[in-house]
Amino acid sequence: MSDTILNIENITKSFPRVIANKKVTFDIKKNAVHAILGENGAGKSTLVKILYGLLEPDEGNIKLNNKDFKVNSPAEARKQGIGMVFQHFSLFDSLSVKENLILGIDEKMSYSDLEDKLENISSRYNLPLDLDAPITALSAGEKQRVEIVRILLQDPQILIMDEPTSVLTPQEVESLFVTLNALVKEGRTILYITHKLEEVISICDTVTIMRSGEIIDTSSTANQTAKTLATKMLGQKLDDLKTNYEHIKDEVNFEVKNISCDFNDPFLTDLKNISFQVRVGEIYGIAGVAGNGQSELMDILTGENINIKSGSITFDNKKIEKYGPQKRRDLSISFVPENRLGHSAVPELSLSENILLSQFPKNNFIKNGIILKNNVDDFANNVINEFKVITPGNDAKASSLSGGNLQKYVIGREISSKPKILIISHPTWGIDAGAEHSIRESLIELSQNGTSIIVISQDLDELIEITHKISVIYDGNLSKPFKTSEIEIEKLGLLMGGKNE
Amino acid sequence: MNSLFPSIVSRSQSSGLMNFFVPIISIVLTLITGSIIFVILGFDPVYALYTFFISPISSTYGISELFVKATPLALIAIGLSYCFKNNIYNIGAEGQLTMGAIFGGGIGILFHDTNAFWLLPLMIFVGAIGGALWGLIPAILKTKFNTNEILTSLMLVYVALFILDYLVVGPWKDPFGYSFPKSRPFSESGRMPLLFDGLRVHFGLIITLFLIFVSWFIFSKTIFGFQLKVSGYSPKAARYAGFNQTTLVFFAFAICGAFAGIAGLAEVSGPIGLLYRDISPNYGFTAIIVAFLGRLHPIGIIFASLVIALTYLGAEDAQLFLQIPSAVGFIFQGLVLFYLLGAELLINYKLTYKKLL
Repeated sequence: MSDTILNIENITKSFPRVIANKKVTFDIKKNAVHAILGENGAGKSTLVKILYGLLEPDEGNIKLNNKDFKVNSPAEARKQGIGMVFQHFSLFDSLSVKENLILGIDEKMSYSDLEDKLENISSRYNLPLDLDAPITALSAGEKQRVEIVRILLQDPQILIMDEPTSVLTPQEVESLFVTLNALVKEGRTILYITHKLEEVISICDTVTIMRSGEIIDTSSTANQTAKTLATKMLGQKLDDLKTNYEHIKDEVNFEVKNISCDFNDPFLTDLKNISFQVRVGEIYGIAGVAGNGQSELMDILTGENINIKSGSITFDNKKIEKYGPQKRRDLSISFVPENRLGHSAVPELSLSENILLSQFPKNNFIKNGIILKNNVDDFANNVINEFKVITPGNDAKASSLSGGNLQKYVIGREISSKPKILIISHPTWGIDAGAEHSIRESLIELSQNGTSIIVISQDLDELIEITHKISVIYDGNLSKPFKTSEIEIEKLGLLMGGKNE
Repeated sequence: MNSLFPSIVSRSQSSGLMNFFVPIISIVLTLITGSIIFVILGFDPVYALYTFFISPISSTYGISELFVKATPLALIAIGLSYCFKNNIYNIGAEGQLTMGAIFGGGIGILFHDTNAFWLLPLMIFVGAIGGALWGLIPAILKTKFNTNEILTSLMLVYVALFILDYLVVGPWKDPFGYSFPKSRPFSESGRMPLLFDGLRVHFGLIITLFLIFVSWFIFSKTIFGFQLKVSGYSPKAARYAGFNQTTLVFFAFAICGAFAGIAGLAEVSGPIGLLYRDISPNYGFTAIIVAFLGRLHPIGIIFASLVIALTYLGAEDAQLFLQIPSAVGFIFQGLVLFYLLGAELLINYKLTYKKLL
C-alpha cells in the first residue's frame, strides 16, 4: 500500500505487573491525523514510547515506508523522521526560547540559519514565537509551541502529540488545531494521543481505540460519534449523567469571604480576595488551568494552612478559618486533596490503617488513645465493598492498589462518614474511565443526600458533568459563579485564560 | 554485550521473606568478612571467631556480662525507634545518656550517706528528666529554627561529655579520692539491685524489658504510635490528618532522651556505682546500629542488642587472648551496619546490566 506510512505489527511489551501492549497491530496512513484513543493505562503511552525509541518492544515489527524501523533512542527516531511533543514540557525555564531551540536540535546550525528557518516555520504553521522571551514568561500554550517548533526544525514525517490539549485553554486548542491542519496539508502525518472524544471527531481522520493494552478498533472517524467512541473505549455503556438542581436548598452552609493570602514565594500563587458561597446539597466547581492558586486555596479550605492575611470562612454559622484539619472534621467537614500517594493516603500503610488518617467524631476508632482495630477493619471492609474497591483485603498496602482503586477507597472513606460538606481536589485525576464514572456518580448521589461539595478540577468536562455552579480561578482571583446548565464554554475559556470581559 | 557497570533499578515488589532474613544475612556476611580479616591478620579464623563470639559467653559470668552490655543498648535503641519511626535522626543518645547519668547521679551524690527505699526510684526519675531535657534542646531548635537535628544532637553529645568531665574533676570530685577524676560512690540504696549473687546483671534489665513491652504496645496499639509512623512515612499525610507534628517531634525526642537517660543512670548506679569520665563505651552511638539491626521492632531490638553486646565482649577477649586491638569490635559493628544497609538496598532495588547495542 502506497499511502501507508507506518505498519505496526504484533507489538507486545510487558512490565513486571502488567502487559502494556498485547499484539498491537494497525497501519497509519500518510498525510492524516491519526488518533490513538484510550483511557489512562490503556497502553497508548507505551506504544508511542516504543515508536520514539524510549522503550524496546518484547516482540513485533514496525515498518516505516515499508522498511524495517528499529530505533534505540529518541535521537535515532528523530533522524528517521519521527518527532514527539510530550505532555510535560522539557524546556529550560531560565533560558530564552531561542536558546532552548538551539539546544534541542541534533545537528549544528548557526543562529542566522536558525532564525531564517524559524520565520519560515512560524508563518507557515501559525506558530508565532517571541524568540528572546524567557521560558518562564510563557503560557502553557506558548511553551507547547516552542516544543512543536523544536521538533519541526528537524523536518519530521511523523509528529507524535501526547495529550496536547490537556494544559491548554479552549482558545489555545483552536490555534493548535490550525497548526495541525497546516502540517497535514504539507504531507506530514500526525499521531494524536488523547482521551478526549470531541477532539478525535473534530480533528482526526482515523482513530485507533485501545483498551487494556489491546487494539479494539481502527476506523475512520467519519461515522463516529462521541457516544460510539466512548462505548468502544470503555467497553461498557455509560449512564447519562444529568445535572439536577431540585434538591438544593436555599440555605448557605459554607461561605468564604474575602480570603487573601500572600506566600512570598515565586513558586506559589498569592490568593486575592476570594469569596464564594455553597448551598446545602450544591456541587460547586472551581475550574482553572493548573498553577493558578488551586492547591493554595485547597490548603486553606482544609485547614492545612491557617496563615491567611485576611478574610473568613464560615461553616454552619461558625468562623473556622483558624481551625486545623481535625477541628474541621469534628464539624463534619471532609476533604480529599489532589495527591493520593503521600497526602490523602500513606502508600506504605495498609488500607485499614489508612482509615485512621481521617477521623470523624462519630467514628469510634479510638478509646483512651488505643486503636479499636475491629471497628477500623469493619469500616475499611465496608468502604471496600460499597465502593467496589478491587483489593485482596483490608491489610493490603495502599501502594498495591491502582490509582483508580485507591481514589475510590479514599473518597469512599470520606463519604462513608456522611460529611456535611466534602471539599475535593481533582477527584478523577489520573485514573481510568470506569473508576472516573463511578466516582462522579457517587459525588452526585452524595449531593442529592444533602452534602455540599466543592470540587477543584482542571478537567472542564468533569465540572460540567457534575457541578451545579462553576467559578474560574486565575492567578489567585476567583470569578463570579455561573450556573452550570446555562454556561458557555467560550466564556469559561476566556476566564481561564485570564480575560475577564 | 552487557555494560560494565550495573544500574540500580527499583523492584516492583520487595519480598517479605527476604525482608525478614535481612538481619540474619547481614550477620552471616559479617562473620565471613570477619574471618577473612582474621586470616589477613595471620590468625586461624576458626579459633579467632571462637575467641570472639563463643568463648565470651561460655560461662554463666559471661552470659551475665552479655546482658549487662545489652541492657543499655536495647533501652537506648528502643528509645531511638520513637525518633527513627518519625524520621527524626537523633544521633545524640550518647549525650542524653550522659545527662541522665549526671542528673540521676547528682541525686546519688547529694544523698551519698542516705539509705532509703525512695533513693533509687528518685535517681531513675531524675535521670529520665535529665535525658529528656537534653533531648528537647534539638527538638526546640528543629521546630523553632528548622535546624538539622543530626548536627545539633551530635554536637550536644560533646557538650554533655564536657559537663561530666568538668563535674568529676571540679565540684563533684570525691574529697577522699586522691584527686582521681571521679565522684563519691553512691550509697547502697542508690545502687541497682543485682539479680543474681555474684553476677553483675542488675535490675536495669527488668526496667529495660518493661519499657520495651510498653513501647511495643505504643507502637502497635495506640494512636500515638500510629501518628509517629504516619508522620515518618509522609509528613504531608500527617498534616492532612491533622496530627500536630511539632508535638510529635517533642514527644519523640523527650521519650528517646528519657530512655537514654535511664540507661545512663542504670550504668552509673549499676555496674559502676559512681560518676567518672568514661561511663559509656559509646552505647549511645552503638544503639543506632542496634535499632536498625532490630528493624525498629521491639523483639528485633532485643536480639540485635545481644548480638552487638557480644561484639563488645568479643573485642575484650580478642585483646586478651589474641592480642588484637579491641577496636576490632568496632570493625564488626561497622560490618554489620554496612551489610544491613546493603541488603536493605538490594531488597528494594536490583542491579541490572544494560545491554550495550
